[in-house]
Amino acid sequence: MKSREVMQMYTRELSELVAGRAQPLSLMEVCGTHTVNACRSGVHSLMPAGVRLISGPGCPVCVTAQRYIDALVALGRRGDVTILTYGDMIRVAGAGGSLEIARGEGADVRVVTSTLEGLEIARREPEREMVFAAVGFETTAPATAAAVLQAASEGLRNFSILPAHKLVLPAMRALLDDPGVKIDGFVCPGHVSVIIGAEAYRPIVGEYHRPCVVTGFEALQMMEGVLHLARQIVRGETRLENLYPEAVSAGGNPHAMKLIDRVFVAGTSAWRALGEMPESGLDVREEFAAFDAFRKFNISLGDDHEPRGCICGKVITGRAVPVECRLFGTVCTPVYAVGPCMVSSEGTCQAWFKYRRHEAGLAVRATREAVR
Amino acid sequence: MSGPSPANLLRKRVVLAHGGGGQLTDDLVSELVAPRFANPYLDTLDDAARIPMHGGEMLFTTDSYVVHPLQFPGGDIGRLAISGTVNDLAVCGAIPQFVSLGLIIEEGLELRVLEQILESIASTAREAGVRVVTGDTKVVGKGQGDGLYINTAGVGAMRPGVQLGMARVRPGDVLIVSGPIAEHGLAIMLTREQPNVVRSELASDVAPLGGLIEAALRAGGESVVFMRDPTRGGFAGVASDLASRTGLRLTIDEEAIPIRPATRYAAEILGLDPLSVANEGKVMLVVRPGAMEVVLRALREHPLGKDAAAMGRFERFDDGLCEIVTRVGGRRIIQKPYGEELPRIC
Amino acid sequence: MCLALPARIEEREELLAWVVVGEARLRVSLIMTPEAGVGDWVLVHAGFAIRVVAEHDALETWKFVEEVESRASGSGGREVGA
Repeated sequence: MKSREVMQMYTRELSELVAGRAQPLSLMEVCGTHTVNACRSGVHSLMPAGVRLISGPGCPVCVTAQRYIDALVALGRRGDVTILTYGDMIRVAGAGGSLEIARGEGADVRVVTSTLEGLEIARREPEREMVFAAVGFETTAPATAAAVLQAASEGLRNFSILPAHKLVLPAMRALLDDPGVKIDGFVCPGHVSVIIGAEAYRPIVGEYHRPCVVTGFEALQMMEGVLHLARQIVRGETRLENLYPEAVSAGGNPHAMKLIDRVFVAGTSAWRALGEMPESGLDVREEFAAFDAFRKFNISLGDDHEPRGCICGKVITGRAVPVECRLFGTVCTPVYAVGPCMVSSEGTCQAWFKYRRHEAGLAVRATREAVR
Repeated sequence: MSGPSPANLLRKRVVLAHGGGGQLTDDLVSELVAPRFANPYLDTLDDAARIPMHGGEMLFTTDSYVVHPLQFPGGDIGRLAISGTVNDLAVCGAIPQFVSLGLIIEEGLELRVLEQILESIASTAREAGVRVVTGDTKVVGKGQGDGLYINTAGVGAMRPGVQLGMARVRPGDVLIVSGPIAEHGLAIMLTREQPNVVRSELASDVAPLGGLIEAALRAGGESVVFMRDPTRGGFAGVASDLASRTGLRLTIDEEAIPIRPATRYAAEILGLDPLSVANEGKVMLVVRPGAMEVVLRALREHPLGKDAAAMGRFERFDDGLCEIVTRVGGRRIIQKPYGEELPRIC
Repeated sequence: MCLALPARIEEREELLAWVVVGEARLRVSLIMTPEAGVGDWVLVHAGFAIRVVAEHDALETWKFVEEVESRASGSGGREVGA
């Protein structure tokens, strides 16, 4: 069967399931790749009126606190430190600009696609301090941990990390603890779950009574996940389903979890929009303090100043959609972005701007007029 | 908020993305550069300027080449410097004839490498049917250049009877691309990765397109109404431009866009949208619906156009949007890329 | 977040491997999948194999890529958006 036919089959059943319900189903995905692929493949345009698929705090760039960006950019501006970063972080701005702008001013900022590449750079230029911007959820954290262990075993003293890793479960709990947020079920992230295992979502089902479905990142898999959630809700069930067993096991990847645990310890972390949450991030253990750029360069975090008028916070908690922001598409565009959700290619605002702008009734040409 | 906004900072200093051929480049050119030289030849901002010459019409263009690394699978900076300039002339309807060659060489460049690149320039010029007729050579100190930069300018005579321009595009017209997309940009990006982390055989598509374009024009005649080579900004850059500047709706069928699996794999590895990635050996053509089959046939008979495909149609919704119907039947907008395509990881 | 793609292991030397994706070869750490051997398929994220997957499932993931191939060299010239 062709992809389009399978998709039609899913959407037809979904429409029938939700037809006649007084309230639309509010389902949330918490995975930046889900956000991007849903938009890129036009999944939202296929969603029946009775289903709302919210993109939650799953994009690492969007949930990284502004104070972290400020510290990272300031470190880059020192001149004697090279910042190694995934491409995702280059354009996110804090109060004093972004890594992209700092690079234009002379900062040494290099894009890497893996921590292995970062280590290689540090080996090749031993007299220069290399700081890796360690962001991301549980999928990415083990790669950071492995790099720290490798650097420690080689005695690679010019390599360190500026950690801002986040854990996905505390964010889901925080959303459900907020009475202003309405979520009927979760489409759980595919690749985070490879690491932490499907059983990790058991508390969301058990304590919070919300169905959870783990699914892959392709459009069809996502729609299948939405369909399974809708089936559960309509039947009054609350179960944890794993639709991605070929990649996600019940218990996750023990080697990866061990790596995280060896280098990091759960600690309080500041999230954009959600604020500080205990045990929601990863701090470097004392044993590896020499590889923690916060300690190595004696960096303390400043304050967050949300850009005026920006509602990114509401957007990533599902309390507003991007078009409700008065900056959206006028003052705030992907090129001249105000908030992180517009900067990141996984950000909800950018995804809406790129792929769903016609729903907002904004003309393409209006964009450039507005920034003049 | 404290301090200047990111948007304002982007207006203070040039960042890499200002040169990426996306929205930031457009803004830089239209706000800072073009207004200072305003004249009817420049103001169209086409790939080449049409200038009067001895009672006839000449097309004139220039481009600079700063690609790194200098040599990559499928080509090198020399082949690029001839192809890029020749293609800018050809898509505007000219027969490319003469090019200039400006070399800015960094101290320390191996002469063996320079010689290989010059050989490549010579052979590409022969392939394209153009002659290098004037040039300049400068050397800058170590650290002041990236091995070698090249500037070429080109002139060509306008093909008689050819009328090309976005103003001619109308509802019902069909969009064609001459072959699989995104090969140049991804080949370069993968080659740039460190060889002990990534090794890639993916080849750039860089090639002079004069012959292919001539074949299309001969087959389609006046029914070919517009052409553009989707270089920086890629397929998405040209498609979104076509929609926004004609004011029509352009609907694209994602499944019909030709792309090789190796390219698709590479785009997935780097987390990039192949629609936004540069091509250096492809042309996008807008043709009248009645001429679609003959133009496609002509393109496919040429070695550089064997995988040509029609994948888009202009419609009478005057919203200037380019919409793509995806593989699974969803719809989304294609917009002009930002400028610097960055690998996405997390 | 966190894109991960299946790739086949071509060479392995202790915990480092070369995997093949299309026409590219990537250096990948096997520290999280020490059980993986040459010929196995692994899910790769940011330079690390995070899970061994069955060949059938890996090929299924990449199916859309190959589907596009058959179309690119097909007859084309189809009607769109009419």
